[in-house]
Amino acid sequence: MVKKIGLVALLAVFIIFPQVFSNPAVTTIAVFTLLYATATTAWNIFSGYTGYIALGHAAFFGIGSYALAIMCKEWQIPGGYIPFLLVPLAGIIAAAFSVLIGWISLRTRKHTFVVITIAIFFIMQPMAFNLRSITNGSVGMSLPIPIGWGGVFFNMPFYYVALALLLLAIGVSWSIRNSKFGLGLLAIRDDEDRALGLGVKTGPSKLIAFVISAFFVGMVGAVHAYFLESIYPAFAFDPLFDIALALMGFLGGLGTLAGPILGALILEPAQQYFTMQFSQNGYYLIVYGGMFLTIILLLPEGIIPTLNKYWLKWRANRGGRTDPGEPVLSGDGGSKDGMKS
Amino acid sequence: MSLLEAGNVSKSFGGILALDACSITVEQGSITGLIGPNGSGKTTLFNVMTGYETVDQGSIHFDGKPITNLAPDRVFELGIGRTFQLTRIFPRLTVLENMHVAAQRQGIKALLSRWSLSHEQQRALELLDFVGITQLKDVPAANLSYGQKKLLEFAYILIAEPRVILLDEPAGGVNPTMINHLAERIRTLNKNGVTFLVVEHNMEFVMGLCSTVMVMHRGSKIAEGTPEQVRKNPAVLEAYLGD
Repeated sequence: MVKKIGLVALLAVFIIFPQVFSNPAVTTIAVFTLLYATATTAWNIFSGYTGYIALGHAAFFGIGSYALAIMCKEWQIPGGYIPFLLVPLAGIIAAAFSVLIGWISLRTRKHTFVVITIAIFFIMQPMAFNLRSITNGSVGMSLPIPIGWGGVFFNMPFYYVALALLLLAIGVSWSIRNSKFGLGLLAIRDDEDRALGLGVKTGPSKLIAFVISAFFVGMVGAVHAYFLESIYPAFAFDPLFDIALALMGFLGGLGTLAGPILGALILEPAQQYFTMQFSQNGYYLIVYGGMFLTIILLLPEGIIPTLNKYWLKWRANRGGRTDPGEPVLSGDGGSKDGMKS
Repeated sequence: MSLLEAGNVSKSFGGILALDACSITVEQGSITGLIGPNGSGKTTLFNVMTGYETVDQGSIHFDGKPITNLAPDRVFELGIGRTFQLTRIFPRLTVLENMHVAAQRQGIKALLSRWSLSHEQQRALELLDFVGITQLKDVPAANLSYGQKKLLEFAYILIAEPRVILLDEPAGGVNPTMINHLAERIRTLNKNGVTFLVVEHNMEFVMGLCSTVMVMHRGSKIAEGTPEQVRKNPAVLEAYLGD
């Protein structure tokens, strides 16, 4: 009950936020933050639950961006609310690509898989540069500009669309986490061969999780592109995007529901703020890196699992345990190797 | 009638012949023991019979149907469950979640439904009670003791209601009280129609539990019979003590 009230209150804060802090400088950061929270939540559905660390999701971000830009150009869509309606279609296009990419890359495991996803990403960026007839090459593409969305109002539609995407991603992630399908994904993370030996359809399960995460990341790419009104190959297919998702996921806690959101809520505003403050001399990268190092050294499992552990310990010390069994809880939580997989 | 049958199965790793034209049959409703010195091929035989390894030559039959080189998920669905010498549970899942992994059902609707609300939940709790670790249901499996992990692996196999269960050293590293507890559970299940094939080094455990014992040496079966017959067989003594 307390939990429910807390969640509703939190949702209310997110809904009211841009009305209270309507300064465009603030709401711009908020839009980016929500988009990254969505992308990290989606990335976690695959990488967090299965333990397969994908470092090529920027490919789906870029495909989503270009899909929306090309649709708007070809169909001469005017600026306004209509491009938002095309966002799910951009997501589906990214998902379609992910079927093929996943089918190839998921033939490998562990470290090989990580390398393959990076390799596939680095095939996509030069394609965006060189397939000029489709992408317009290094000149980039522009998206329709919403006329009449001036001043403080401009960020509002983007904020609420991004918030809706985030809520949808959280809903999907939550239902997967509690489903048999999700349990199969977590079993794959812990021992894939054993999971297969217990009847879990490991191949299809991994691919489905991969495609779901690509679908959301594609939609995030589309909204991101529309928000910036223009796209270039180097920014649509940006390796820093992959790093960002992994950092946010690891910081908050891989494989947890709230972890990726928390990670994005901390890192994205921090990054945007540092970029604004120290952008001339590039110091922000040092600050950002140093902050990350500190957190990883102090909280190697991520924030949520660490807090959870302290909470359990605190409860146990208060004598709240009602475990009549043998003293079995001497072992470690077992999630320490979460960083390695 | 034989339920599980390996016929002339060979398997080599590099230059080592782990299984050399090995043939065994496991009778329906039996508790069959499989013993042999270290490296005699017992675990490899388990691996090829459950799809974890492919055979180089030979065939495997289950209930009269060929299952040679079938994928492990298919073998499991047909009704062959197994445990591992070094238990393979899912360490970061809770004990109860571990139970549900093996209770996979076909169909999208079943997969998307919440596992905690499934009709298997009742059965999962009953089975935890059956092996005696109900009080640990919400504990991450990594925190269990060695013996408790063995019991968990045994219990989560049972949720899929296999017709035959292959146990790889179920008593290894487990305290005597727990061993008796386990033997009792195996007998109960056997009375209800579950067939067992048990690899074990603890001779007392094997001789007390099994009606038939097979002995492996250098990748093939060298003897078979009742525990008494096997105990007196010169070839068996040779294999264990000889060279």
